[in-house]
Amino acid sequence: MFYREAGEFKTTYAKDQQTFPIALDRWGYFITLALAFLAVPFFINDYWANAVVLPFLIYVIAALGLNILTGYCGQVSLGTGGFMAVGAYASYKLMTAFPDLNIVFVILLSGGITALVGMLFGLPSLRIKGFYLAVATLAAQFFLVWLFNKVPWFYNYSASGQISAPERTLFGQAVTGANAVPAISYLFCLVFVVVLAWAARNLTRGANGRKWMAIRDMDIAAEIIGVNPLKTKLTAFGVSSFYIGVSGALLFAVYLGAAEVGEAFGINKSFLVLFMIIIGGLGSIFGSFAGAAFMVLMPVLLKNIMVGQFGFPTDIAAHFEFVIVGGLIVVFLIVEPHGLAMLWRIAKEKLRLWPFPH
Amino acid sequence: MRITKLAAAAVAVTMAAAPVMADLVFPSLSYRTGPYAANGIPFADGYEDYFTLVNARDGGIGGVPARVVKCETGYNTEKGVECYESTKGEGALVYQPLSTGITYQLIPKATADGIPVHSMGYGRTSAANGKVFSNIFNYPANYWNGASLAVNHILDENGGDIKGKKIALLYHNSAYGKEPIRTLEELAKKHGYDLSLLAVDHPGQEQKSQWLQIRREKPDYVLMWGWGVMNQVAIQEAANIRFPMDNFIGVWWSGSEVDVVPAGEGANGYKALAMHAVGDDFPVFDDLRKYVVDAGTAAGAGDQLGTVLYNRGMYAAMLAVEAAKTAQALHGVAEINPAQMRDGMEALEMTEAKMAALGMPGFGPEFTVTCENHGGPGLGAVQQWNATDKTWSLISDYGPSDMEVIGKLIMEDSSAFAAENNISESCN
Repeated sequence: MFYREAGEFKTTYAKDQQTFPIALDRWGYFITLALAFLAVPFFINDYWANAVVLPFLIYVIAALGLNILTGYCGQVSLGTGGFMAVGAYASYKLMTAFPDLNIVFVILLSGGITALVGMLFGLPSLRIKGFYLAVATLAAQFFLVWLFNKVPWFYNYSASGQISAPERTLFGQAVTGANAVPAISYLFCLVFVVVLAWAARNLTRGANGRKWMAIRDMDIAAEIIGVNPLKTKLTAFGVSSFYIGVSGALLFAVYLGAAEVGEAFGINKSFLVLFMIIIGGLGSIFGSFAGAAFMVLMPVLLKNIMVGQFGFPTDIAAHFEFVIVGGLIVVFLIVEPHGLAMLWRIAKEKLRLWPFPH
Repeated sequence: MRITKLAAAAVAVTMAAAPVMADLVFPSLSYRTGPYAANGIPFADGYEDYFTLVNARDGGIGGVPARVVKCETGYNTEKGVECYESTKGEGALVYQPLSTGITYQLIPKATADGIPVHSMGYGRTSAANGKVFSNIFNYPANYWNGASLAVNHILDENGGDIKGKKIALLYHNSAYGKEPIRTLEELAKKHGYDLSLLAVDHPGQEQKSQWLQIRREKPDYVLMWGWGVMNQVAIQEAANIRFPMDNFIGVWWSGSEVDVVPAGEGANGYKALAMHAVGDDFPVFDDLRKYVVDAGTAAGAGDQLGTVLYNRGMYAAMLAVEAAKTAQALHGVAEINPAQMRDGMEALEMTEAKMAALGMPGFGPEFTVTCENHGGPGLGAVQQWNATDKTWSLISDYGPSDMEVIGKLIMEDSSAFAAENNISESCN
């Protein structure tokens, strides 16, 4: 009734190719953006920023990155945690070595360094595929964590091997460190998320994205039609690692403030981000958001309901959390193997026909 | 749900701004799940039970009831942050996260929020320098004291000469396990022993290669910085290769009943450091049984009384209560706020008379906290496991550690932190 293309006349190519062809979608997108930028900063407090919103935004970037590699280019990676660690340690080294460097450039440079490391570990993908590549990236995960634990230079020879983010400001406002106002850290991460999600959307529907998808769908056929597998796979690894590096740098500098590589960037993190894109939907930008929301918000929500509302003992609640989140993952995978993004797509298809289905 | 939470959080924030609290809030960032639960449970039980006792027996602290807010961290730093943020709005007076990783996270956050953190025998060792770490306390002893105490014990056993002896450190490959390395290296220079380092990765269930190396290198002594499941596995492995247990010394976090019982007879003679007394032969336990266990208000299963980590949790709670009492006396108000609690912790004085009055005579060392020294005197003892009686017993008095070496390292590390974070020294 309300949600349909009827009456939308596309008179230019730009209009025909826009991301949200339906007016209601477009409005929804702009209203969400406006709320996120103009309303949320006035209401956000420490708890909401640090427990819910910041981790959500940061994991969205990681999920976008992994989705580019795994969802769009079809290269399974279990090295996400290791690459996030590269971003975090790069930002730490940059922040301490160049105290005057603007924090935005620190984060971007950390992403750049991670992109180089990611391309290095992406080289084997030309020879090995599927499960074997997953194992090779798993090796990257363990190697990188071992490296950051082993070489004291990475943590500036501190006694404990912990890295902690010094305070850095942007336009006179603290962004990192303990004195950062939640609204400022929130806006800082939000800008990264919006820009990177916008870039990812446009990359994946342009020539590069088509090449990635061609390689994913059938690499030999893609090679025959002229897609260079070396360049394509390495750009996928590079772009993906850039995103993951940025998210690692933000996770360390803005959200955690102090980190220890084995604990913060262990294999669990790789699985967490992989679950996000599987639950959210492989090869979907919306899926990255939905998956990150599911994996970050669900445990906090369950905890607040069980402990806060019903007064469960904390250990029982923690165990139930595992059961419920695990159970929901299984249910989702059975009901809709293509993830939350597919559910969303189906809902939209149904809405287009409503109230007169065929 | 979300709206109610938001409203609750908003209310909590306004409440924190204008302190009209009716109780003293002590958050318990505990972990009763995950690979470290075996050690986390008794500590959390002891911590919560002591506050229950204080409420039931004394009607609270200075007439104001204490309230323990529980939050499960699972020893995970991200959950620790969530717990900190969700509990600090309730007027939390002091945080004791029982995790070095979470402590590192909370050091800048809690300092900015003006809430004290008490990392008793863990956390960042150089926080003992109160001039740099204004809100962080780690009395009565820290990791570097522990390292030195272990070496002192070895020195005692060898008549003061350990030149050329081989000592291996088996450590949890994290901030926690790495803390003692620098001290042990400095002490190696001083006493002339050979130090070898063996890292065990989280969670520590796989230690075959480390113990193979110990078998090959045959060190005279093995020190252990382990936690959770790592302790049990290490002690079992040591028993398997018939390593002389008298020469295997754990830090105070590697010496509780749950760590040694699985190895059975093989664990007999295993030693660990101690910062407080063992067993339940103190009047306070009669009170705990009467007011808490028999009243059915004990935390957890209520079966941990007198175990090493239960005692430690209780000791931590006792020190927090005493600090709160000190703060009440200092500021003349019963309902103290976190800033006043901090002052109370800084002015804390533990004397034998005080402990005896609490039903804990000789439970811990006597000490005084000052603005410059948040770490206490660094005294510690050695305890040994008797597998037949299934009891720990102290085999030494509370001895001093090598403060000459440690003091220098503390200054070095804390001034590096101060320089990195632009902190100017206080206490002038």
